[in-house]
This record gives sequence, structure tokens and C-alpha cells, in this order.
Amino acid sequence: MTINIVLTILATSIATYISRFLGVITSKKIKETSKIFKWFNCLAYSTLSALLARIIIFPAGALADVDYLIRFIVIFICLIVFIKSKRNFVYPTVLGGVLLAFLNTIFN
Amino acid sequence: MINTKYFIKGFFCIKSANSPAIALFASFVAIGALFKSIGLNIQESIFSTFLTYALPGSLIMAESLIVGASLLNIFLAVWLVNARLYPMTVSLFPLLTHKSQPRLKYYLACHFIAVSAWLIMKENYRSIERKYRLDYWIGVGAANLSVAISATAFGFFIADYLNKDMMVGLAIVNPVYFTCVMVGAMKTIQMSLAIILGSILGILFYFISPEWCILFGGFSAGTLAFFIGELNDN
Repeated sequence: MTINIVLTILATSIATYISRFLGVITSKKIKETSKIFKWFNCLAYSTLSALLARIIIFPAGALADVDYLIRFIVIFICLIVFIKSKRNFVYPTVLGGVLLAFLNTIFN
Repeated sequence: MINTKYFIKGFFCIKSANSPAIALFASFVAIGALFKSIGLNIQESIFSTFLTYALPGSLIMAESLIVGASLLNIFLAVWLVNARLYPMTVSLFPLLTHKSQPRLKYYLACHFIAVSAWLIMKENYRSIERKYRLDYWIGVGAANLSVAISATAFGFFIADYLNKDMMVGLAIVNPVYFTCVMVGAMKTIQMSLAIILGSILGILFYFISPEWCILFGGFSAGTLAFFIGELNDN
């Protein structure tokens, strides 16, 4: 390993904190009833959604080794469970983990 | 300082039915195991989760350590992937401001901004008196961060017992939770458009630039959704 781990951790934390910090500074001037606030709300949800799509379709780490069809099937089944269970978050999340681990054992 | 009653009330939100605790725990167990496998020690792993507390950033850090990327490269890559925290902060903190709260508290409290705590706060802020919302938020954030840190430590210690299939199972839990939350948040036309367009444009921009796709995709989708929603309301 060529670079110092502690320095890397610090660089990662500072790079992450910057966005939070700038957010607080910007927030000072924004009223919750304003249009700008509404716009930022849309931006927050759409960036989260873009990140989520990227994690599912072009994942990094362990998920990258799973066939994309299996990933889609698992997400799809969990979503149905979520809707059918009257929007319970526990069932789909637990099922998702178990189901993918199971399918991955069979097909890989 | 901090109002204990509201802090505790916020802290115990972690037990509610729509709590992100399971998803948070699963993904940080995976992170802890990953940290061990790339050679971090337990102190460094806990230190990293405590200070960064943002999953995609930690994943990038781990991958960069494996390939030996430069410090500047890591900094930029993490900043890009975690820049989503900026609109998240701006769309949350105006709800928490109150003149009785000291400024410094906001700069410390913003460290707790992460999808998990942010979602709880977005759901619950109306039920909390404005003066105490920041204390409540600190409670919510502290609970989530504690789950993340304990999960990292747990993952680090059980790393040797986790096989590849289990790691894959842990890794999907967070995206599943996330997807359910996003579908649950699609209550107005504006929100639904922001979420649907965000995922479509995020992917399309990936083909142009994998680093910038979240920001470009999110920005264009959010702006488009905002204007369509506004036109629709008028």
C-alpha cells in the first residue's frame, strides 16, 4: 500500500464534510416556504435517485459480481413485497438480503 | 446546550417501523468486513465510519486504497459522489433553524446528514416544535451514527466468517431499502418526476461520465421535475 491510511481517511472525511458544511451556509438564506427550497428538495431526491440507479445498475464492490438480471429480479420482488405489505420496510429489506445471497449461491 | 427530552425522542426513532436501522447495519457490516480485507485495523475502521459516515464515499475510499490512487484523486472522487449531501442539507436545515440555537451547533449537527437520518427527519419534523427540532435531529443522527459505528466494528470482527454470498446479500439490503423509500416518497407529481427522471438521467449520464453522472443526472432531473411540477400546479 503506497499511501498512508490515516491520511486517506482524513481526505475522505473532509471531502464528505465540505458538502454538508456548504449546505448549512446556504441554508441560512433559504426560507422553507420559498421556491428555491422546493427546487432543492427536488434536487435532493433526484440526486439520491440517480445514485441509487447507479448502485443497482453499475455497482461497485461485492454487487458487481452478481448478474444484473438477478439484481433486478431481487429488487423487483422486494418492491412488490413492500407495496403488498402496506409499505413495511422490514420485510423487503430482510428478504432482499436473504434472496440475493440464496440466488447467488445457486447461479454462481 | 442540547435539550435532553427531544434528543432522546429523536434517538429512539431508530426503533420505529420504517427505521433505516436494518439497512444501515447490513451495509456497514459489509463495510467493516471490506475494511478488514484491505488491511485497515479496527481503530482505523471505526475512525473512518465515525468521520465520514457516508457509504458511497467509504466504498470509493476502499477501492482507491486497493488500486493505490493518489490522495487528490480520492479527495475528488469522494467529493463528487458525496456532493448529493449538499442539496440534502439545503432541503433539510431551513426546517430546523431557530434563533435560539447557537450557530456552531448547526455546523456540528450537519455531520449527521446521511440518507438514513435525513429521511426520518423529513418524515417527522412537523410533529416537533420548531425550537427543539435541531435537538431532535441531533438525537436521530446520533442514533444512526451509533448503529453505523457498531456495525462497522461487528463487520470487522466477523469478516473471516462471511463468505462471498453473504457479502452480496448484505450489499443489496441498502439499495432495496432505498428503492422502497423512493417509491414511498412519490406522493406528488413533482416528487415522482424528480425520482423517476433522476434514475433515468443518472444512468444516461453514466455513459458520458461515470464520475459526474450522479451530479449531472440529479441536477438536470431535479430542475426539470421542479419546473414541470410548478407549471402543473399553476
